[in-house]
Amino acid sequence: MAQIGETRRELALDCFLLAGRIMMESGAETYRVEDTMIRMAVSQNMVNSHCFVTPTGIMFSPSEELATRFVRINNRSTDLERVALINSVSRKLVSGEYTLQQAYDEMMIIDQTNYRTSVWVQTLAASVASACFFILLGGSWSNIPFPFVIGGIGFIIVETILIETRVKIFAEFIGAFVIGILASIAVYTGIATNLDTLIIGSIMPLVPGLLITNAVRDLMAGYFVSGLSKGAEAFLTAFAIGAGIAVVLSF
Amino acid sequence: MNWPLEAFLSFLAAGAFGVIFNAPRRTLVSCGLVGMSGWLIYRAFFLAFDDSVQASFAGAFAVSIVAHLLAKKFRMPMIIFSIAGIIPLVPGSKAYNAMRNIVENNHLEAIAFASEALMISGAVAMGLVFAEVLMQLYFKRQARRIQRKMGLTQE
Repeated sequence: MAQIGETRRELALDCFLLAGRIMMESGAETYRVEDTMIRMAVSQNMVNSHCFVTPTGIMFSPSEELATRFVRINNRSTDLERVALINSVSRKLVSGEYTLQQAYDEMMIIDQTNYRTSVWVQTLAASVASACFFILLGGSWSNIPFPFVIGGIGFIIVETILIETRVKIFAEFIGAFVIGILASIAVYTGIATNLDTLIIGSIMPLVPGLLITNAVRDLMAGYFVSGLSKGAEAFLTAFAIGAGIAVVLSF
Repeated sequence: MNWPLEAFLSFLAAGAFGVIFNAPRRTLVSCGLVGMSGWLIYRAFFLAFDDSVQASFAGAFAVSIVAHLLAKKFRMPMIIFSIAGIIPLVPGSKAYNAMRNIVENNHLEAIAFASEALMISGAVAMGLVFAEVLMQLYFKRQARRIQRKMGLTQE
């Protein structure tokens, strides 16, 4: 009997850590991850559990008898679909609709499936967003092909370099640099007007909106470690974009 | 200004950001609606008071409230709806102008733009947090009222 209880608890621990890792990797807020893990633990009769989530690792201490566990979070991206899926699995586990084994299997499937739409669809979305922002910020309708094309090119460059090198700041710098160069060429050859609006519209898809929102919400909820580190990440991204544009403008 | 056009464009832009962040497919329209309400309220406040800090606060407040309601409706984390809506309020043009002035050696101008960008981001953050706290208070009250009606309170 005690043996069964032990394996069951180990499974529960694996399940919580898996949920936490997937959520952190997909860009959920730290306090939501902690909240989800604690709720799942309470539903499995682990009342005195503690967890500590940072953007680079999760520590979970279930109770007095079991050892504390740790998982490392290596790559973070934004994938809201996964956040929503894990959230619904954890809801079902807490409400008793899923057993522990079912929830664990479901999460393993979520972990291994690729929910991302293809890069081309994302690039198209980035192009549309750039064009919309261009008009919203006061650009003229006759110039609308330029932010559409340049914003898309900038986005796909960042994505490609990110896959190749895994260095975010470099990818964003190059992306912003290329956007600046293309926009300058378009304006100085006389086919487009208003360089400022063109550049601002085109860099919009690179703006670290998720990081800023998350950093603020984590800070306000009292999670200072992750709030500050996410804030630093957002600042680095903003700095990379600004530097890439500044290099072009300085010529 | 052209209200229907701005509404349509901000809807499209926020929906496109939903695609970039891979929001679940059935929430994409809602993401667009959040972005649209945030931008329209931002613009209305900006035209009425001519102050982008207040306008950003109001826009972020609206985004947060709409996102919260949608999160309750869809039973999904609020972050799915709020991110796409916040992006139009990010002070991109101010930050860009600050950067540009630094490059052109107009440091005083650059500081003015940079501090304005900082104020706007602060206002966006405050708007988000205020709305969230208010919504939490409201929902807690509501839950307690329902409990009392059903005779579930401990007292």
